Amino acid sequence: MADALTISGLDCFYGETQVLFGLGLTLRQGEVHCLLGRNGAGKTTTLKAIMGLVSARTGSVRLGDIELTGLPPHEVPKAGVAYVPQGRRLFAEMTVAENIEIGLMTRQRGKDVREAVLDIFPVLRERLRQRSGTLSGGEQQQLAMARALCLEPRVLLLDEPTEGLMPSMIAKIRQSVASLRERGVSTILVEQRVEAVLSVADRVSFIENGRVRETVGVDRLREDPDIVKRYVGVS
Amino acid sequence: MKGDACKAIALHVIVIAALFALNFVLPPYHHGVLARVMVLAVFAMGYNLLFGYAGLLSLGHAMFFAAGLYGAGLPMVHFGWGVPGAFAAGLLAGVLLSAVIGLLALRTKGVAFMIVTMMFAQVGYLLVYYFGSWTRGDEGLVIQQQARAIQFGATRLDLTNPVTRYMAALALFAIVLIATLIMVRSSFGRVLVAIRENEERTRMLGYDTFANKLAAMVASGAICAAAGAAYVILFGYVGSTFASIQYSILPLLWVLLGGAATTLGPLVGTVLMFYLIDGSGDLLKIYAPGWNISYLGIVGVALILLVLFFPKGILGTIRDRWARWLP
Repeated sequence: MADALTISGLDCFYGETQVLFGLGLTLRQGEVHCLLGRNGAGKTTTLKAIMGLVSARTGSVRLGDIELTGLPPHEVPKAGVAYVPQGRRLFAEMTVAENIEIGLMTRQRGKDVREAVLDIFPVLRERLRQRSGTLSGGEQQQLAMARALCLEPRVLLLDEPTEGLMPSMIAKIRQSVASLRERGVSTILVEQRVEAVLSVADRVSFIENGRVRETVGVDRLREDPDIVKRYVGVS
Repeated sequence: MKGDACKAIALHVIVIAALFALNFVLPPYHHGVLARVMVLAVFAMGYNLLFGYAGLLSLGHAMFFAAGLYGAGLPMVHFGWGVPGAFAAGLLAGVLLSAVIGLLALRTKGVAFMIVTMMFAQVGYLLVYYFGSWTRGDEGLVIQQQARAIQFGATRLDLTNPVTRYMAALALFAIVLIATLIMVRSSFGRVLVAIRENEERTRMLGYDTFANKLAAMVASGAICAAAGAAYVILFGYVGSTFASIQYSILPLLWVLLGGAATTLGPLVGTVLMFYLIDGSGDLLKIYAPGWNISYLGIVGVALILLVLFFPKGILGTIRDRWARWLP
Protein backbone atom coordinates (compact mmCIF):
# COMPACT_ATOMS: atom_id res chain seq x y z
CA MET A 1 0.00 0.00 0.00
CA ALA A 2 1.16 3.56 -0.73
CA ASP A 3 1.69 6.01 2.13
CA ALA A 4 -1.05 8.55 2.76
CA LEU A 5 0.94 10.59 5.28
CA THR A 6 4.62 10.56 6.13
CA ILE A 7 6.11 12.19 9.20
CA SER A 8 9.86 12.30 9.56
CA GLY A 9 12.31 13.83 12.03
CA LEU A 10 9.69 16.04 13.68
CA ASP A 11 10.90 18.27 16.52
CA CYS A 12 8.20 20.32 18.28
CA PHE A 13 8.33 22.62 21.29
CA TYR A 14 5.88 24.19 23.74
CA GLY A 15 7.73 27.43 24.39
CA GLU A 16 11.29 26.32 25.11
CA THR A 17 10.30 22.81 26.19
CA GLN A 18 10.81 20.14 23.54
CA VAL A 19 7.88 17.69 23.36
CA LEU A 20 8.49 15.74 20.15
CA PHE A 21 11.98 14.40 19.43
CA GLY A 22 12.61 13.50 15.79
CA LEU A 23 9.25 11.73 15.59
CA GLY A 24 8.71 9.57 12.54
CA LEU A 25 5.55 7.78 11.37
CA THR A 26 3.97 6.55 8.16
CA LEU A 27 0.25 6.18 7.60
CA ARG A 28 -0.56 3.81 4.78
CA GLN A 29 -3.38 4.37 2.34
CA GLY A 30 -6.70 3.22 3.83
CA GLU A 31 -5.30 1.97 7.14
CA VAL A 32 -6.34 2.73 10.71
CA HIS A 33 -3.14 3.53 12.56
CA CYS A 34 -3.39 3.77 16.30
CA LEU A 35 -1.16 5.81 18.61
CA LEU A 36 -0.77 4.32 22.07
CA GLY A 37 1.18 5.68 25.00
CA ARG A 38 0.98 6.99 28.54
CA ASN A 39 -0.53 10.37 29.36
CA GLY A 40 1.84 13.12 28.28
CA ALA A 41 3.74 10.85 25.89
CA GLY A 42 3.04 13.13 22.91
CA LYS A 43 0.06 11.52 21.13
CA THR A 44 -2.19 14.59 20.99
CA THR A 45 0.82 16.80 20.26
CA THR A 46 1.59 14.62 17.24
CA LEU A 47 -1.92 15.23 15.89
CA LYS A 48 -1.63 18.97 16.61
CA ALA A 49 1.73 19.07 14.87
CA ILE A 50 0.21 17.47 11.76
CA MET A 51 -2.50 20.17 11.80
CA GLY A 52 0.04 22.97 12.28
CA LEU A 53 -1.38 23.92 15.69
CA VAL A 54 2.04 23.20 17.20
CA SER A 55 4.71 24.42 14.84
CA ALA A 56 7.56 22.13 13.97
CA ARG A 57 11.09 23.53 14.27
CA THR A 58 12.55 20.78 12.13
CA GLY A 59 11.21 17.76 10.30
CA SER A 60 8.59 17.11 7.70
CA VAL A 61 4.92 16.13 7.45
CA ARG A 62 3.97 15.13 3.91
CA LEU A 63 0.49 14.40 2.63
CA GLY A 64 1.29 12.65 -0.64
CA ASP A 65 3.25 15.34 -2.49
CA ILE A 66 2.15 18.21 -0.26
CA GLU A 67 4.46 19.43 2.51
CA LEU A 68 2.22 20.43 5.42
CA THR A 69 4.80 21.99 7.75
CA GLY A 70 4.84 25.73 7.23
CA LEU A 71 1.27 25.87 5.93
CA PRO A 72 -1.08 28.11 7.97
CA PRO A 73 -3.31 25.84 10.12
CA HIS A 74 -6.47 26.71 8.15
CA GLU A 75 -4.85 25.46 4.92
CA VAL A 76 -4.16 21.97 6.30
CA PRO A 77 -7.85 20.86 6.26
CA LYS A 78 -8.16 22.19 2.71
CA ALA A 79 -5.17 20.04 1.73
CA GLY A 80 -7.11 16.97 2.90
CA VAL A 81 -6.53 16.36 6.62
CA ALA A 82 -9.46 16.54 9.04
CA TYR A 83 -9.06 16.61 12.81
CA VAL A 84 -11.59 15.61 15.46
CA PRO A 85 -10.09 16.81 18.76
CA GLN A 86 -10.54 15.33 22.20
CA GLY A 87 -13.74 16.62 23.83
CA ARG A 88 -15.56 17.03 20.45
CA ARG A 89 -15.64 20.87 20.51
CA LEU A 90 -18.90 21.33 18.66
CA PHE A 91 -20.55 24.68 18.04
CA ALA A 92 -22.96 24.10 20.90
CA GLU A 93 -25.37 26.94 20.08
CA MET A 94 -25.80 25.75 16.50
CA THR A 95 -28.12 22.99 15.36
CA VAL A 96 -26.85 19.68 14.01
CA ALA A 97 -27.69 20.85 10.46
CA GLU A 98 -25.76 24.11 10.95
CA ASN A 99 -22.71 22.26 12.30
CA ILE A 100 -22.70 20.07 9.20
CA GLU A 101 -23.27 23.08 6.96
CA ILE A 102 -20.19 24.84 8.39
CA GLY A 103 -18.16 21.76 7.48
CA LEU A 104 -19.57 21.69 3.96
CA MET A 105 -19.06 25.41 3.29
CA THR A 106 -15.25 25.25 3.50
CA ARG A 107 -14.89 23.30 0.31
CA GLN A 108 -18.26 24.35 -1.07
CA ARG A 109 -19.51 20.78 -1.05
CA GLY A 110 -23.11 20.10 -1.81
CA LYS A 111 -26.04 17.91 -0.96
CA ASP A 112 -24.42 14.63 -2.06
CA VAL A 113 -21.60 14.91 0.49
CA ARG A 114 -24.12 15.83 3.20
CA GLU A 115 -26.20 12.78 2.37
CA ALA A 116 -23.15 10.49 2.27
CA VAL A 117 -22.07 11.73 5.71
CA LEU A 118 -25.57 11.30 7.15
CA ASP A 119 -25.63 7.75 5.77
CA ILE A 120 -22.60 6.95 7.92
CA PHE A 121 -24.22 8.53 11.01
CA PRO A 122 -27.98 7.96 10.51
CA VAL A 123 -28.86 9.08 14.05
CA LEU A 124 -27.93 12.64 13.07
CA ARG A 125 -30.57 12.67 10.35
CA GLU A 126 -33.24 12.49 13.08
CA ARG A 127 -31.64 15.32 15.04
CA LEU A 128 -30.95 17.88 12.32
CA ARG A 129 -32.88 20.73 13.98
CA GLN A 130 -31.70 19.96 17.50
CA ARG A 131 -29.10 22.21 19.14
CA SER A 132 -25.85 20.27 19.17
CA GLY A 133 -25.11 21.15 22.80
CA THR A 134 -28.18 19.12 23.82
CA LEU A 135 -27.07 15.87 22.10
CA SER A 136 -25.81 12.90 24.11
CA GLY A 137 -22.04 12.35 24.33
CA GLY A 138 -22.07 9.62 21.67
CA GLU A 139 -24.20 11.68 19.30
CA GLN A 140 -21.91 14.66 19.81
CA GLN A 141 -18.93 12.50 18.91
CA GLN A 142 -20.69 11.29 15.78
CA LEU A 143 -21.50 14.88 14.83
CA ALA A 144 -17.88 15.93 15.36
CA MET A 145 -16.79 13.12 13.03
CA ALA A 146 -19.54 13.91 10.51
CA ARG A 147 -18.50 17.56 10.41
CA ALA A 148 -14.88 16.59 9.79
CA LEU A 149 -15.92 14.19 7.02
CA CYS A 150 -17.73 17.03 5.22
CA LEU A 151 -14.23 18.13 4.20
CA GLU A 152 -13.90 14.82 2.29
CA PRO A 153 -10.48 14.25 3.88
CA ARG A 154 -7.85 11.84 2.66
CA VAL A 155 -6.60 11.54 6.23
CA LEU A 156 -8.68 11.68 9.40
CA LEU A 157 -7.17 12.34 12.83
CA LEU A 158 -9.27 11.14 15.77
CA ASP A 159 -8.25 12.01 19.31
CA GLU A 160 -9.79 9.65 21.86
CA PRO A 161 -13.22 9.45 20.21
CA THR A 162 -14.59 6.95 22.74
CA GLU A 163 -13.56 8.91 25.84
CA GLY A 164 -16.40 9.10 28.37
CA LEU A 165 -18.91 7.16 26.24
CA MET A 166 -21.07 4.23 27.30
CA PRO A 167 -20.27 0.80 25.77
CA SER A 168 -23.08 0.83 23.17
CA MET A 169 -21.87 4.17 21.85
CA ILE A 170 -18.25 2.99 21.82
CA ALA A 171 -19.33 0.10 19.60
CA LYS A 172 -21.03 2.54 17.21
CA ILE A 173 -17.96 4.75 17.00
CA ARG A 174 -15.80 1.69 16.26
CA GLN A 175 -18.22 0.67 13.50
CA SER A 176 -17.99 4.15 12.03
CA VAL A 177 -14.19 4.03 11.98
CA ALA A 178 -14.31 0.63 10.29
CA SER A 179 -16.82 1.94 7.76
CA LEU A 180 -14.53 4.88 6.94
CA ARG A 181 -11.68 2.47 6.27
CA GLU A 182 -13.89 0.67 3.77
CA ARG A 183 -14.43 4.01 2.05
CA GLY A 184 -10.68 4.49 1.71
CA VAL A 185 -10.15 7.12 4.44
CA SER A 186 -6.80 6.71 6.21
CA THR A 187 -7.11 7.30 9.94
CA ILE A 188 -4.75 8.07 12.79
CA LEU A 189 -6.50 7.16 16.01
CA VAL A 190 -5.35 8.16 19.47
CA GLU A 191 -6.90 5.69 21.87
CA GLN A 192 -6.44 4.58 25.49
CA ARG A 193 -8.55 1.41 25.34
CA VAL A 194 -6.50 -1.52 24.15
CA GLU A 195 -9.58 -3.60 23.24
CA ALA A 196 -10.77 -0.75 20.98
CA VAL A 197 -7.38 -0.69 19.30
CA LEU A 198 -7.45 -4.43 18.71
CA SER A 199 -10.90 -4.27 17.15
CA VAL A 200 -10.31 -1.48 14.61
CA ALA A 201 -6.59 -0.81 14.07
CA ASP A 202 -4.32 -2.22 11.37
CA ARG A 203 -1.08 -1.08 12.96
CA VAL A 204 -0.11 0.48 16.27
CA SER A 205 2.70 2.92 17.11
CA PHE A 206 3.84 3.24 20.70
CA ILE A 207 4.84 6.77 21.67
CA GLU A 208 7.03 7.40 24.67
CA ASN A 209 8.62 10.71 25.67
CA GLY A 210 7.85 12.31 22.33
CA ARG A 211 9.37 9.50 20.22
CA VAL A 212 7.84 6.56 18.32
CA ARG A 213 9.45 3.57 20.07
CA GLU A 214 7.92 0.77 18.06
CA THR A 215 5.36 0.19 15.32
CA VAL A 216 3.68 -3.21 15.09
CA GLY A 217 0.81 -4.87 13.26
CA VAL A 218 -2.28 -5.54 15.34
CA ASP A 219 -1.80 -9.31 14.96
CA ARG A 220 1.57 -9.05 16.69
CA LEU A 221 -0.16 -7.16 19.51
CA ARG A 222 -2.62 -10.02 19.99
CA GLU A 223 0.18 -12.53 20.08
CA ASP A 224 2.37 -10.56 22.48
CA PRO A 225 0.31 -8.48 24.95
CA ASP A 226 3.48 -7.67 26.89
CA ILE A 227 4.33 -5.00 24.33
CA VAL A 228 1.36 -2.97 25.58
CA LYS A 229 2.40 -3.49 29.18
CA ARG A 230 5.90 -2.26 28.35
CA TYR A 231 4.78 1.08 26.89
CA VAL A 232 1.39 1.78 28.43
CA GLY A 233 1.62 -0.04 31.75
CA VAL A 234 -1.57 -2.14 31.28
CA SER A 235 -2.51 -5.04 29.04
CA MET B 1 -36.14 26.36 7.48
CA LYS B 2 -37.74 28.30 4.64
CA GLY B 3 -40.70 29.06 6.91
CA ASP B 4 -38.31 30.47 9.50
CA ALA B 5 -36.68 32.69 6.90
CA CYS B 6 -40.09 33.98 5.80
CA LYS B 7 -41.05 34.77 9.39
CA ALA B 8 -37.77 36.62 9.92
CA ILE B 9 -38.14 38.67 6.74
CA ALA B 10 -41.78 39.45 7.56
CA LEU B 11 -40.83 40.65 11.05
CA HIS B 12 -38.16 43.01 9.68
CA VAL B 13 -40.54 44.44 7.07
CA ILE B 14 -43.18 44.99 9.79
CA VAL B 15 -40.67 46.81 12.03
CA ILE B 16 -39.59 49.11 9.19
CA ALA B 17 -43.23 49.74 8.21
CA ALA B 18 -44.15 50.48 11.85
CA LEU B 19 -41.29 52.98 12.14
CA PHE B 20 -42.50 54.59 8.91
CA ALA B 21 -46.05 54.82 10.25
CA LEU B 22 -44.88 56.32 13.55
CA ASN B 23 -43.66 59.36 11.59
CA PHE B 24 -47.30 60.35 11.08
CA VAL B 25 -48.60 59.75 14.59
CA LEU B 26 -45.85 60.65 17.05
CA PRO B 27 -45.92 63.99 18.88
CA PRO B 28 -42.97 66.30 18.02
CA TYR B 29 -40.86 65.43 21.08
CA HIS B 30 -41.02 61.64 20.56
CA HIS B 31 -40.67 62.13 16.80
CA GLY B 32 -37.30 63.83 17.40
CA VAL B 33 -36.23 61.24 19.96
CA LEU B 34 -37.01 58.33 17.66
CA ALA B 35 -35.02 59.87 14.78
CA ARG B 36 -32.02 60.13 17.12
CA VAL B 37 -32.62 56.63 18.50
CA MET B 38 -32.67 55.12 14.99
CA VAL B 39 -29.26 56.64 14.19
CA LEU B 40 -27.84 55.43 17.51
CA ALA B 41 -29.42 52.00 16.91
CA VAL B 42 -27.38 51.84 13.69
CA PHE B 43 -24.29 52.47 15.84
CA ALA B 44 -25.42 49.60 18.10
CA MET B 45 -26.04 47.34 15.07
CA GLY B 46 -22.45 47.91 13.98
CA TYR B 47 -21.25 47.06 17.48
CA ASN B 48 -23.51 43.98 17.57
CA LEU B 49 -21.95 42.57 14.41
CA LEU B 50 -18.55 42.35 16.09
CA PHE B 51 -19.62 41.64 19.67
CA GLY B 52 -22.81 39.64 19.23
CA TYR B 53 -21.94 37.58 16.17
CA ALA B 54 -18.12 37.35 16.15
CA GLY B 55 -17.84 37.37 19.96
CA LEU B 56 -15.24 40.16 20.07
CA LEU B 57 -15.87 42.49 22.99
CA SER B 58 -14.47 45.90 22.04
CA LEU B 59 -14.34 48.83 24.44
CA GLY B 60 -13.27 51.26 21.75
CA HIS B 61 -16.12 51.57 19.30
CA ALA B 62 -16.53 55.26 20.09
CA MET B 63 -13.51 55.78 17.82
CA PHE B 64 -15.40 54.42 14.80
CA PHE B 65 -18.52 56.47 15.58
CA ALA B 66 -16.27 59.53 16.07
CA ALA B 67 -14.38 58.75 12.84
CA GLY B 68 -17.67 59.05 10.97
CA LEU B 69 -18.69 62.07 13.00
CA TYR B 70 -15.46 64.04 12.50
CA GLY B 71 -14.80 62.54 9.05
CA ALA B 72 -18.06 64.08 7.86
CA GLY B 73 -18.23 67.12 10.17
CA LEU B 74 -14.75 68.60 9.67
CA PRO B 75 -14.95 68.82 5.84
CA MET B 76 -18.43 70.41 6.15
CA VAL B 77 -17.21 73.06 8.59
CA HIS B 78 -13.74 73.78 7.23
CA PHE B 79 -14.06 73.07 3.50
CA GLY B 80 -17.76 73.65 2.90
CA TRP B 81 -18.38 70.09 1.62
CA GLY B 82 -21.93 69.07 0.79
CA VAL B 83 -23.86 66.28 2.50
CA PRO B 84 -23.06 63.39 0.05
CA GLY B 85 -19.32 64.13 0.02
CA ALA B 86 -19.21 64.56 3.80
CA PHE B 87 -21.12 61.30 4.38
CA ALA B 88 -18.75 59.43 2.03
CA ALA B 89 -15.72 60.96 3.82
CA GLY B 90 -17.10 59.88 7.21
CA LEU B 91 -17.74 56.37 5.95
CA LEU B 92 -14.28 56.12 4.39
CA ALA B 93 -12.66 57.35 7.62
CA GLY B 94 -14.43 54.55 9.53
CA VAL B 95 -13.44 51.87 7.00
CA LEU B 96 -9.76 52.89 6.98
CA LEU B 97 -9.55 53.29 10.75
CA SER B 98 -11.24 49.95 11.47
CA ALA B 99 -8.96 48.16 8.97
CA VAL B 100 -5.82 49.58 10.61
CA ILE B 101 -7.06 49.04 14.18
CA GLY B 102 -8.27 45.54 13.24
CA LEU B 103 -4.89 44.54 11.82
CA LEU B 104 -3.24 45.53 15.12
CA ALA B 105 -5.87 44.73 17.75
CA LEU B 106 -6.94 41.34 16.35
CA ARG B 107 -3.52 39.98 17.24
CA THR B 108 -4.86 39.95 20.80
CA LYS B 109 -7.82 38.10 22.31
CA GLY B 110 -10.26 38.38 25.23
CA VAL B 111 -9.36 40.89 27.91
CA ALA B 112 -6.29 42.05 25.99
CA PHE B 113 -8.50 42.87 22.98
CA MET B 114 -10.81 44.91 25.21
CA ILE B 115 -7.90 46.88 26.64
CA VAL B 116 -6.15 47.42 23.30
CA THR B 117 -9.33 48.72 21.64
CA MET B 118 -10.03 50.96 24.65
CA MET B 119 -6.50 52.37 24.48
CA PHE B 120 -6.81 53.12 20.77
CA ALA B 121 -10.13 54.86 21.44
CA GLN B 122 -8.50 56.93 24.19
CA VAL B 123 -5.80 57.96 21.71
CA GLY B 124 -8.57 59.06 19.35
CA TYR B 125 -10.29 60.97 22.15
CA LEU B 126 -7.07 62.79 23.06
CA LEU B 127 -6.41 63.56 19.38
CA VAL B 128 -9.68 65.49 19.31
CA TYR B 129 -8.20 67.80 21.98
CA TYR B 130 -4.72 67.82 20.44
CA PHE B 131 -6.17 69.15 17.20
CA GLY B 132 -8.42 71.52 19.13
CA SER B 133 -7.87 74.36 16.66
CA TRP B 134 -9.75 72.20 14.12
CA THR B 135 -12.16 70.32 16.37
CA ARG B 136 -12.71 72.88 19.17
CA GLY B 137 -12.43 70.04 21.73
CA ASP B 138 -15.37 69.51 24.06
CA GLU B 139 -17.00 72.74 22.93
CA GLY B 140 -17.39 71.10 19.53
CA LEU B 141 -18.63 72.38 16.22
CA VAL B 142 -22.10 73.25 15.07
CA ILE B 143 -22.95 72.61 11.43
CA GLN B 144 -24.89 75.48 9.89
CA GLN B 145 -28.49 74.69 8.93
CA GLN B 146 -28.02 75.71 5.29
CA ALA B 147 -25.19 73.18 4.92
CA ARG B 148 -27.45 70.32 6.04
CA ALA B 149 -29.37 69.90 2.82
CA ILE B 150 -29.08 67.85 -0.38
CA GLN B 151 -29.68 69.47 -3.76
CA PHE B 152 -31.33 67.26 -6.41
CA GLY B 153 -31.39 69.55 -9.49
CA ALA B 154 -33.97 72.19 -8.62
CA THR B 155 -35.20 70.30 -5.56
CA ARG B 156 -33.67 70.97 -2.18
CA LEU B 157 -34.00 68.31 0.52
CA ASP B 158 -33.71 70.12 3.85
CA LEU B 159 -32.40 67.66 6.44
CA THR B 160 -33.17 70.03 9.31
CA ASN B 161 -36.87 69.58 8.61
CA PRO B 162 -38.13 67.09 11.25
CA VAL B 163 -39.99 64.86 8.77
CA THR B 164 -37.12 64.75 6.26
CA ARG B 165 -34.69 64.10 9.09
CA TYR B 166 -36.85 61.27 10.46
CA MET B 167 -37.15 59.70 7.01
CA ALA B 168 -33.41 60.01 6.37
CA ALA B 169 -32.70 58.31 9.74
CA LEU B 170 -35.24 55.59 8.89
CA ALA B 171 -33.69 55.07 5.44
CA LEU B 172 -30.23 54.57 6.98
CA PHE B 173 -31.67 52.31 9.68
CA ALA B 174 -33.59 50.19 7.14
CA ILE B 175 -30.60 49.82 4.81
CA VAL B 176 -28.29 48.77 7.65
CA LEU B 177 -30.90 46.45 9.17
CA ILE B 178 -31.48 44.62 5.88
CA ALA B 179 -27.74 44.51 5.13
CA THR B 180 -27.11 43.08 8.61
CA LEU B 181 -29.86 40.49 8.16
CA ILE B 182 -28.38 39.39 4.83
CA MET B 183 -24.87 39.34 6.30
CA VAL B 184 -25.70 37.25 9.38
CA ARG B 185 -27.72 34.73 7.36
CA SER B 186 -24.93 34.38 4.78
CA SER B 187 -22.06 31.92 5.05
CA PHE B 188 -19.92 34.83 6.35
CA GLY B 189 -22.35 35.34 9.26
CA ARG B 190 -22.35 31.64 10.09
CA VAL B 191 -18.56 31.55 10.12
CA LEU B 192 -18.55 34.51 12.53
CA VAL B 193 -20.85 32.62 14.89
CA ALA B 194 -18.60 29.56 14.57
CA ILE B 195 -15.59 31.73 15.49
CA ARG B 196 -17.47 33.04 18.51
CA GLU B 197 -18.31 29.51 19.59
CA ASN B 198 -14.84 28.00 19.06
CA GLU B 199 -12.19 29.78 17.04
CA GLU B 200 -9.65 26.96 16.94
CA ARG B 201 -12.26 24.46 15.76
CA THR B 202 -13.35 26.87 13.03
CA ARG B 203 -9.76 27.15 11.86
CA MET B 204 -9.53 23.35 11.84
CA LEU B 205 -12.46 23.28 9.43
CA GLY B 206 -10.38 25.30 6.98
CA TYR B 207 -11.46 28.88 7.71
CA ASP B 208 -9.00 31.77 7.91
CA THR B 209 -10.37 33.11 11.18
CA PHE B 210 -8.13 36.20 11.24
CA ALA B 211 -9.35 37.30 7.80
CA ASN B 212 -12.98 36.72 8.81
CA LYS B 213 -12.57 38.64 12.06
CA LEU B 214 -10.89 41.49 10.19
CA ALA B 215 -13.75 41.59 7.69
CA ALA B 216 -16.21 41.72 10.62
CA MET B 217 -14.22 44.53 12.22
CA VAL B 218 -14.24 46.58 9.00
CA ALA B 219 -17.96 45.98 8.43
CA SER B 220 -18.65 46.91 12.04
CA GLY B 221 -16.45 50.03 11.83
CA ALA B 222 -18.12 51.09 8.57
CA ILE B 223 -21.63 50.78 10.05
CA CYS B 224 -20.63 52.72 13.19
CA ALA B 225 -18.98 55.41 11.05
CA ALA B 226 -22.11 55.63 8.88
CA ALA B 227 -24.09 56.25 12.08
CA GLY B 228 -21.59 58.94 13.16
CA ALA B 229 -21.67 60.67 9.77
CA ALA B 230 -25.48 60.57 9.73
CA TYR B 231 -25.59 61.95 13.28
CA VAL B 232 -23.57 65.05 12.41
CA ILE B 233 -25.52 65.64 9.19
CA LEU B 234 -28.96 65.18 10.76
CA PHE B 235 -28.39 66.77 14.18
CA GLY B 236 -25.69 69.29 13.28
CA TYR B 237 -23.25 68.87 16.13
CA VAL B 238 -19.76 67.35 16.54
CA GLY B 239 -18.21 67.17 20.02
CA SER B 240 -15.53 65.26 21.89
CA THR B 241 -18.12 63.53 24.14
CA PHE B 242 -18.92 61.24 21.21
CA ALA B 243 -15.31 60.05 21.18
CA SER B 244 -15.21 59.39 24.94
CA ILE B 245 -15.29 56.01 26.72
CA GLN B 246 -18.97 56.62 27.50
CA TYR B 247 -19.80 56.15 23.81
CA SER B 248 -17.84 52.88 23.76
CA ILE B 249 -19.84 51.50 26.69
CA LEU B 250 -23.28 52.71 25.57
CA PRO B 251 -23.54 50.47 22.47
CA LEU B 252 -22.44 47.50 24.59
CA LEU B 253 -25.23 48.29 27.05
CA TRP B 254 -27.83 48.76 24.30
CA VAL B 255 -26.85 45.46 22.66
CA LEU B 256 -26.82 43.53 25.95
CA LEU B 257 -30.22 44.93 26.85
CA GLY B 258 -31.86 44.23 23.48
CA GLY B 259 -30.13 40.90 22.89
CA ALA B 260 -26.65 40.26 21.50
CA ALA B 261 -26.55 38.43 18.16
CA THR B 262 -30.13 39.37 17.31
CA THR B 263 -30.64 41.74 14.38
CA LEU B 264 -33.37 43.77 16.09
CA GLY B 265 -31.88 43.68 19.58
CA PRO B 266 -29.86 46.90 19.11
CA LEU B 267 -33.03 48.84 18.26
CA VAL B 268 -34.95 47.39 21.21
CA GLY B 269 -32.06 48.09 23.60
CA THR B 270 -31.51 51.66 22.39
CA VAL B 271 -35.21 52.57 22.56
CA LEU B 272 -35.59 51.02 25.99
CA MET B 273 -32.50 52.69 27.44
CA PHE B 274 -33.52 56.10 26.08
CA TYR B 275 -36.99 55.93 27.53
CA LEU B 276 -35.81 54.34 30.76
CA ILE B 277 -33.56 57.33 31.43
CA ASP B 278 -36.13 59.81 30.19
CA GLY B 279 -39.02 58.21 32.06
CA SER B 280 -37.22 57.79 35.38
CA GLY B 281 -36.13 61.44 35.28
CA ASP B 282 -39.73 62.53 34.63
CA LEU B 283 -41.09 60.28 37.40
CA LEU B 284 -38.72 61.77 39.95
CA LYS B 285 -39.52 65.30 38.83
CA ILE B 286 -43.21 64.68 39.54
CA TYR B 287 -43.14 62.48 42.64
CA ALA B 288 -39.82 63.35 44.32
CA PRO B 289 -38.60 66.71 43.00
CA GLY B 290 -35.69 66.88 45.45
CA TRP B 291 -34.37 63.52 44.27
CA ASN B 292 -34.32 64.05 40.53
CA ILE B 293 -30.55 63.62 40.38
CA SER B 294 -30.92 59.98 41.45
CA TYR B 295 -32.70 58.92 38.24
CA LEU B 296 -29.76 56.64 37.47
CA GLY B 297 -30.67 54.62 40.58
CA ILE B 298 -34.03 53.78 39.01
CA VAL B 299 -32.32 52.95 35.71
CA GLY B 300 -29.93 50.65 37.61
CA VAL B 301 -32.74 48.79 39.38
CA ALA B 302 -34.61 48.39 36.09
CA LEU B 303 -31.47 47.03 34.43
CA ILE B 304 -30.87 44.53 37.25
CA LEU B 305 -34.44 43.27 36.89
CA LEU B 306 -34.02 42.96 33.13
CA VAL B 307 -30.78 40.99 33.53
CA LEU B 308 -32.49 38.69 36.05
CA PHE B 309 -35.50 37.95 33.88
CA PHE B 310 -33.88 38.34 30.44
CA PRO B 311 -30.30 37.10 30.91
CA LYS B 312 -29.60 37.02 27.18
CA GLY B 313 -31.20 40.41 26.55
CA ILE B 314 -34.84 40.86 25.64
CA LEU B 315 -34.83 39.40 22.13
CA GLY B 316 -32.09 36.89 22.97
CA THR B 317 -34.22 35.44 25.77
CA ILE B 318 -37.38 35.50 23.64
CA ARG B 319 -35.46 33.59 20.95
CA ASP B 320 -34.20 31.04 23.46
CA ARG B 321 -37.58 30.40 25.05
CA TRP B 322 -40.21 30.96 22.40
CA ALA B 323 -38.96 31.93 18.94
CA ARG B 324 -35.93 29.98 17.74
CA TRP B 325 -36.40 31.47 14.29
CA LEU B 326 -35.49 35.02 15.41
CA PRO B 327 -32.31 36.01 13.54
